[in-house]
Amino acid sequence: MNRRISCLAAIGLTLFCSRTWAELVVEITKGQSDAIPIAIVPFSSPEAAAASFDVAQLVSDDLARSGRFKSTDRRDMIEQPHTGAGISFDDWRRLNNDYIVVGQVQPLGQDRFNITFELYNILNHQRLLGYQISANKPGLRLASHQVADMVFEKILGIRGAFATRVAYISVLGSLPHKDYRLIVADADGENPHVVMQSGEPLMSPAWSPDGQNLAYVSFENRLPSVYVQTLKTGERHRVSARAGVNQAPAWSPDGKKLALTLSTRDGNLDIYVLDLTTQALTRITDDPGIDTEPQWSKDGQSLYFTSDRAGGPQIYRIGTQSGDKPRRLTFQGSYNARPRLSPDESQLAFVTQEDGGYRIATMDLRGRGDVQVLTKGHFDVSPSYAPNGAEIIYASRDRGRGVLALVSADGRVQERLVSSEGELQEPAWAPF
Amino acid sequence: MKRIFAIALMMAGAALLSGCPKKHNVIETPNAGSQVSGANQGDESASASGRALNGDAGTQGMGADATGPLARKVIYFDFDKSEIKPEFADIVSAHARNLTGHPGFKMKLEGNTDERGTREYNIGLGERRAQAVRRALMLQGVAESQLTTVSFGAERPAAEGDDETAWAKNRRVELVYGP
Repeated sequence: MNRRISCLAAIGLTLFCSRTWAELVVEITKGQSDAIPIAIVPFSSPEAAAASFDVAQLVSDDLARSGRFKSTDRRDMIEQPHTGAGISFDDWRRLNNDYIVVGQVQPLGQDRFNITFELYNILNHQRLLGYQISANKPGLRLASHQVADMVFEKILGIRGAFATRVAYISVLGSLPHKDYRLIVADADGENPHVVMQSGEPLMSPAWSPDGQNLAYVSFENRLPSVYVQTLKTGERHRVSARAGVNQAPAWSPDGKKLALTLSTRDGNLDIYVLDLTTQALTRITDDPGIDTEPQWSKDGQSLYFTSDRAGGPQIYRIGTQSGDKPRRLTFQGSYNARPRLSPDESQLAFVTQEDGGYRIATMDLRGRGDVQVLTKGHFDVSPSYAPNGAEIIYASRDRGRGVLALVSADGRVQERLVSSEGELQEPAWAPF
Repeated sequence: MKRIFAIALMMAGAALLSGCPKKHNVIETPNAGSQVSGANQGDESASASGRALNGDAGTQGMGADATGPLARKVIYFDFDKSEIKPEFADIVSAHARNLTGHPGFKMKLEGNTDERGTREYNIGLGERRAQAVRRALMLQGVAESQLTTVSFGAERPAAEGDDETAWAKNRRVELVYGP
């Protein structure tokens, strides 16, 4: 449990923190200057519980990682109360804390624990939250993320997404023998599980709306096929292995259909919708250019996609009813691709080319279509929104290695998730 | 952690056993099934790499040698382009003659791109390159039924690196004889 945050420098907006995880190192590369100071006091725990898990540390790490909070270092805590009655509000105020979380972990018989916690506003001594969560030992990690979610939501009014998962592709080995893995991990990079492993490429993981299944492309047999795999059972089905291209699966909001990119015999890529129950295939686009990377609107009535029908790749939207004409959405720059809708559909995240680099940009869908480029890398691709819309996870490169990175949807907070091994690609954030 | 990986690997390994690519042992051609040998050498002529053609079925009567166009099986492309450059015309022609002379031969055209850009759009670009080679072969009389295409986009690089040297080796179509 040696997970002490070490902040090396704080110069203006730039803040470098690093934390050594089992798998991933989280580096906050750009922090928020007005991050909210919060103290997460170590939870009192009878010996048995204390040995098992440091709940307060994980809550503190989650909140700090969001970039919206500044967690007070334990070494700076003058006292360590475990209930609201024990808080000397004026002392905590003098240490510039706005909020404080206190709590306890109590054993509930064999392998079961109760986490009790309270959140207080230090300024007015108001008790904002008081909850009890019970969990078995392996569930303490998830329960701690849930505590962080509740604190995050109570203070910011935004649902927390700490207790969620992320799927991504990890590529190990060197040419010509690469090992491709589809991995599902907690949103903080912990608990990685290999869902699928292959000596041929795996790509484009996509979560079903209920979070139970992943669709992805596998090149086993050296040909692309789209598979749907149920995470709980590991059971997988090949849903598309047509002649030519079988790519870019995207689930309809009701989970009953997949939008796919397929090709005709002459290699023309178009977007189709496959009904997973009836196997009926509907062609959505029909253009000699490359049409790919579909993404559904929430009502299931339209698809956002990439097309180079006008020359370079640009983003379009088309109705899923037959005969609809696509409407072009991006006009700024020569390369705009792989659209992803924010959960509230107010924003579109995509990859844009700027100064020769590929970067993550957003477009405002409610106002005048303003575009904001959020990142500064050269190979920033594959954006995926957190289910609360607050952050975007994406694939980047750092010193020649594929890494995952996070940027807040407003661009103010940036982080790198550096894996101890492998090239990480194509993160897909799971639904709540 | 290690244990989780090991268990998951065993499961995945079992799933994969049935899905291993079949050996291309029907027709012996130089480098058949060896996808990256040419590109590793750094230029378009490298796939010859000194391998003798020892009179196999694929080249009988062609008068080809180890450095001839028939021994070369990788066509390289410019950034964001799918036009076959003039210097690769003789490779296309040699393989077109080989395929028209042996209607039983089949060829898979594997399109690839460099790492720049989005992954799925790159699948489209790789397919477009494979199709350009397919069209060129068909224009020279190769039957449609002899040819298939596949695009790996940027997923199967021939060379590693974030620079033009590596990228140039990765923007390619590999000509693979097979069953």
